[in-house]
Amino acid sequence: MTGFLNRRLLVLGALSAPLTARAQFRVEVSGLGMAQLPIALPALRGEGVAPQAVSAVVRADLERSGMFRAVEAGGAVVDETSQLDSALWRQRGADFMVAGSISALANGSFDVRFRLWDAVRAQDLGGQAFAVTRSDLRGVAHRIADFIYEKLIGEKGVFSTRITFVTRAGGRHTLWVADADGGNPQPVRFSPEPIISPSWSPSGSHLAYVSFESRKPDIFVLDMKTGRPRLMANFRGSNSAPAWSADGRQIVATLSRDGGSQIFAIDATLGGEPRRLIQSGSIDTEPVCSADGRWIYFVSDRSGSPQIYRMATSGGQAEWVNTGLRYNISPAVSPDGRFIAFVARLDNAFRLHLMDLSTRAVTPLSDTAADESPSFSPNGRLILYATQQQGRDQLMTTTLDGRIRAALLGQNGSIRDPQWGPYAQ
Amino acid sequence: MKSRPMIAMSVLAVSLLLGACGSRVKLNEVAVEDRNITGANAAASSGAAGGAGSASGSGASSAQGAGAALAPATSAGASIAPSDLAARKGPAAVPSDLALVIYFDYDSFEIKPEFQPVVQGHARYLSVNKDRKLVLEGHTDERGGREYNLALGQKRAESVSRALSVLGVTGAQVESVSFGQETPAATGSDEVAFQKNRRVEFRYR
Repeated sequence: MTGFLNRRLLVLGALSAPLTARAQFRVEVSGLGMAQLPIALPALRGEGVAPQAVSAVVRADLERSGMFRAVEAGGAVVDETSQLDSALWRQRGADFMVAGSISALANGSFDVRFRLWDAVRAQDLGGQAFAVTRSDLRGVAHRIADFIYEKLIGEKGVFSTRITFVTRAGGRHTLWVADADGGNPQPVRFSPEPIISPSWSPSGSHLAYVSFESRKPDIFVLDMKTGRPRLMANFRGSNSAPAWSADGRQIVATLSRDGGSQIFAIDATLGGEPRRLIQSGSIDTEPVCSADGRWIYFVSDRSGSPQIYRMATSGGQAEWVNTGLRYNISPAVSPDGRFIAFVARLDNAFRLHLMDLSTRAVTPLSDTAADESPSFSPNGRLILYATQQQGRDQLMTTTLDGRIRAALLGQNGSIRDPQWGPYAQ
Repeated sequence: MKSRPMIAMSVLAVSLLLGACGSRVKLNEVAVEDRNITGANAAASSGAAGGAGSASGSGASSAQGAGAALAPATSAGASIAPSDLAARKGPAAVPSDLALVIYFDYDSFEIKPEFQPVVQGHARYLSVNKDRKLVLEGHTDERGGREYNLALGQKRAESVSRALSVLGVTGAQVESVSFGQETPAATGSDEVAFQKNRRVEFRYR
């Protein structure tokens, strides 16, 4: 099938600093959603002149969302100026249709145009035009997918957002930022020592992460504009699991400076003396703040096995979130606060689960055994996580019903610790 | 070899103390250090391993054994330059027969009986050499979440730190940190590798 999108992920070579080694990845969508909109996305006219298969990126974006099903376009040659042949497209099973064009401009940039139609109502739903450089063609594809998603689903798309993740290859650890589909990966930090737990600030302007470059875990904050990291916490002992408060003013993290792994809040701008949020003789870690600013969800082994709890953002009493499962780690809260995604251990399989906090229903979302680090897309419709398939590390997305899972990035080395960033501001 | 009654008794004492206090013994609180970000530890491991030549005879006695490292560094031809040792201000080397790694059971942070003499040996060394600083690095196997494993590794390191403190080592000499699953000693995804990875490393700096 043509449901693949082959791109090259540039991965750092073991010894050489520049991007040398290459690994292939593909976006592969499988599974059947409940009510997917059938849409036809023929190749843009003139797409061959561009170094980027824009229509394929659009199609993969839409399919990954779980809301769309691509209908075979049968080699139709159409563009944004064409008259819609609604009978033809309906006959092919498409309710919606997108057509457009790419032309190379004299200055080396590209003109990209598209139009969206409702084939059922024979209605023009609008279009857009972009004049962009070669390096922005992927970005244009994501913008087109966002336009279609917003028009037809009625809420904001997440295709133009970014994700972060960490790779390890030949003793080199690299922190990356990439498009939401894993494309266009850019290294933002290298280290000979491990990097873990990157966490986006609510505005996307900073990335907090844990680095072992001083032979112990310390928390750094990377300014995405300058590319410069700032030391946030290197207190005696271990400093880890950074998460941002909803307003971005504080970093909540696990520090062992007073003994035990305990949760503290640190002023994200000033740093200074951390404020302890909760006191226990057990492990308290993996804090994550709800977007409404009310709650901090975290993991504690105070009952003997790791369980999820929550407390008020100001700290205080812990309230148990009973998943009904014995071993639960790595909670993520959906943007609307209704769901938590987490990893549960069942018979030595670490599997992604979803809990609806309003009904208390808990559902497994994967059939893999080494799931890690879930995070929600900013519209709450998808979960990004790391796992292993056929012995390879893999980044995946899934819909909240677990029906549409898509492989984003995979490689033979280690790729892990993904987190989905916020909407661009 | 190790069946000397004194060691046996102190092992018993450690176990009793650990047993009695469970995991609730508080670490000594220490002022926050704001260290520079440097690779300070490249030196740590070599420091721990270095200077070992003298310690071959240190099995002879108990608590003062570590001090024996100040004896002449080589036996053959050592008499030619006698002034060097007197000028040396550095601390005694860690006894060469003292293990620098101990291992743990799955999901456990309890010091196994067979490793208590190791903890004790480090306690003796640190008590005699008050200016030596030890970093306890806790590690886990690869199973489970990275951050939760980091906390488990921390628990292992702190369990050793508590045992040292019970044996009289001052808190300022010891820092417990964790690497979680990030730096395995052995690669592989089987129990053989896992066993080698669930560990606490003693690193002197």
